[in-house]
Amino acid sequence: MQTEFSKEQNLLRDVVSRALRDKSPATAVREQMASDRGYDEAVWQELCGDAGLAGVHVPEAYDGAGGGAVELGIVAEEMGRTLFCGPWFASAVMAGSALLEAANEPERQALLPGIADGSTIATLVLDDLNGPAGVGGSIRAAGDGKLSGTAAMAVDAHVADLLLVAASGDTGGLGLHAVEGGAPGLGVEPLQVVDPTRKLSRVAFADVPARHVGDVTREALSRIWDRICSALAHEMIGGAQHLFETTVNYTKERYQFGRPIGSFQALKHRCADLLLEIEIARALTHHSARCLDAGEGEPYVASMAKAAAADACMSAARAGIQLRGGIGFTWENDTHLWFKRAKGSEVLFGTPAIHRERMMTMLEGAA
Amino acid sequence: MTPEGIRREVSAWLDEKWRVDRPLIEWREILLEGGWAAPHWPEEWYGRGFTLDQTAVVAEVFRERDVVPAAQVGPRGLASETILACGSDDQKGRFLRPILTGEHTWCQLFSEPGSGSDLAGLSTRAEFKDGKWIVNGQKVWNTSAHHADFGLLVARTDWDVPKHQGISYFLLDMRQPGVEARPLRQMNGHQSFNEVFMTNAEVPPEDLIGGEGNGWHVAKTTLSFERRGFSRRVRGSSLDGPKQGPIYAEYDEELRIATEPYTWYPQREGRVDLVLPRARETGAIHDPATRQEIAKLICLYTGAKLASDGAEARRKAGTTEIIPAGSIGKLAASVIARQASHVHTMISGADAMLSGPDSAADGIIAEVLVSVPAISIAGGTDEIQRNIISERVLGMPKGFRADQGPFRDIKRNA
Ligand SMILES: Cc1cc2nc3c(=O)[nH]c(=O)nc-3n(C[C@H](O)[C@H](O)[C@H](O)COP(=O)(O)OP(=O)(O)OC[C@H]3O[C@@H](n4cnc5c(N)ncnc54)[C@H](O)[C@@H]3O)c2cc1C
Repeated sequence: MQTEFSKEQNLLRDVVSRALRDKSPATAVREQMASDRGYDEAVWQELCGDAGLAGVHVPEAYDGAGGGAVELGIVAEEMGRTLFCGPWFASAVMAGSALLEAANEPERQALLPGIADGSTIATLVLDDLNGPAGVGGSIRAAGDGKLSGTAAMAVDAHVADLLLVAASGDTGGLGLHAVEGGAPGLGVEPLQVVDPTRKLSRVAFADVPARHVGDVTREALSRIWDRICSALAHEMIGGAQHLFETTVNYTKERYQFGRPIGSFQALKHRCADLLLEIEIARALTHHSARCLDAGEGEPYVASMAKAAAADACMSAARAGIQLRGGIGFTWENDTHLWFKRAKGSEVLFGTPAIHRERMMTMLEGAA
Repeated sequence: MTPEGIRREVSAWLDEKWRVDRPLIEWREILLEGGWAAPHWPEEWYGRGFTLDQTAVVAEVFRERDVVPAAQVGPRGLASETILACGSDDQKGRFLRPILTGEHTWCQLFSEPGSGSDLAGLSTRAEFKDGKWIVNGQKVWNTSAHHADFGLLVARTDWDVPKHQGISYFLLDMRQPGVEARPLRQMNGHQSFNEVFMTNAEVPPEDLIGGEGNGWHVAKTTLSFERRGFSRRVRGSSLDGPKQGPIYAEYDEELRIATEPYTWYPQREGRVDLVLPRARETGAIHDPATRQEIAKLICLYTGAKLASDGAEARRKAGTTEIIPAGSIGKLAASVIARQASHVHTMISGADAMLSGPDSAADGIIAEVLVSVPAISIAGGTDEIQRNIISERVLGMPKGFRADQGPFRDIKRNA
């Protein structure tokens, strides 16, 4: 199994990082978070249409770049660093992973190319965002294929052309169903959110016409969950790194008591501990993607990554505010943008505590 | 060389040379000549310039075949690494061989009653008189000093320059009338470290290492090696099961003496390996709160290992980033040990009050609980590691210093 990034992967990181720095500066983030759609379509076209960022992990057979979880993670990490606003996570990561793990071959051929080239904006709709066990509790697929029920929260559903919905069928099994944006009976109601850089909507289904695209076994759902959580962990590591670097830099510039605040040991030690926490979380996160690609490693790698990255990112976010003092608590300062994303990502697809319990269940069986 | 190539070569060599009826020292001499005593050392000094991974392959073959390796336990590794890095050819020629054969054991004479973290504030005095260095002063917390033949000694040779500049580094013969080591009892009941008194102890000029006034630089070499070792296990545990042959009797006796100060070292690392077995055996594995803490420990432990492997790989690839792997690894080892101790306490519950044979795992768990505090002190405290990380890696500004100018004028402990 790979233990380091290859030359090509480092190159990918450089290219993505440069593009995002250019296209997603904090001013753009602020503009998009205040808009209803939440993203800039021209930027989307450049990053996903031209540069192919939504297809990095999609096999070449479906017109993707043929990478895997590692490549997906690299893009996610850089997006988290710049707080990129757009449906990339919903479309490439969530919907992409669901199709790769659960859709029939013809459906993959039909749906993945559009996701890979950014022409389709897709999302995955789950009626439980805390853990795979609760999925399918609310949304049902009737015998005629129509969906009914509600998902309390869905990422970027308000802009999705294609909604992939996990619903339980008559016989109890879980299936993946494709619904077109704007389908009759589909209600998408944008929600007020803590983190305005990631838009959420309530999605209600009232006999919505849908196409069954594959069965979702519990194992497949668990693998989908793992892929999403690994990518989300990468995104959080990117965010943590941004928060950490800007905070350490701030302590070198801000003077109190006639000296830079970074010379106070209380702050130095907090930063040293943070470095360690981030290093450990980063190592687990990169490891999770390599294991997913190789089909090796601990079965609970993604949960380790998600739990550790969420905690590290929140630690960095808390320190980011605290070490800036009053200015850190203002709307004007950018730190809160990353803080809020950290908070949202901490609980999306399972809190750290849920993931630790998931680890232990995989390791030792249920409590 | 590939792992298979190494295996083949060392196996062929052992087929020819290894015999259980040789005296221990004679065997080690053969091992040295063959270049298998310390394969990671440079070729001109008994080694083969192997990487640590390649060296591990050799060690594995030795273990599989129950072959007695070169002497390894204790601070002798600090001595050999320091001498290899900073010593003269004459010093390498005289000291390295008996370190590998096991004829000489070593100790580290750094800390003093008045200066521990502030090692450069030391006040043991060395003066050059009548063609030799005369040493007076006291050291403390010196592990294995009570049976060491030589000591790695830092002492002040100039009191009129800033503190880091007036230090020299010596290889001190412990078997002389002017040196006395007295064991000290630790909070876990063991007696691993000592206080060492030097009264007109003598060092010949050829045993000054790195040059006069250059001791701080040499000491940093020793310390960085020491810190890197913290995440590693003390090596050289005895071969599994009883072995027949005279050489094993000699080897076991050597190990018994050499490892005696270190029997509790695995406990100070927290005994992560015992967490799941203990949790299963007590049923604590079903307790949701304990499960959370176990999972945190597994994340810490797995992540720290991956991070240190990654840093090692980047270092080998010639990265330009600053990786004080020693400081980060040492801080990680402390965090892991504390979390493990916390989890062991949760698992044991009220039984954590007991120690000795009636207690869990024959007293091992109790020993964990009272040994873990050492890991965040020995080899440089956690606070010092945090200072190093924040200043060296993160480039945070140094704080106000009250210890500049000639050492003579600096306030210090009475
Ligand atoms: C088990 C064990 C084995 C040891 N073996 C050896 C050995 O073989 N040879 C040897 O020479 N020494 C040895 N030591 C000594 C060890 O290196 C010292 O104890 C250690 O460096 C701390 O020094 P000190 O005990 O003087 O404490 P102090 O330096 O007095 O520290 C007291 C407290 O002050 C804090 N502190 C000090 N300076 C700072 C600072 N600048 N910033 C923030 N906090 C600070 C420390 O972190 C600590 O919490 C051993 C110690 C132990 C526990």
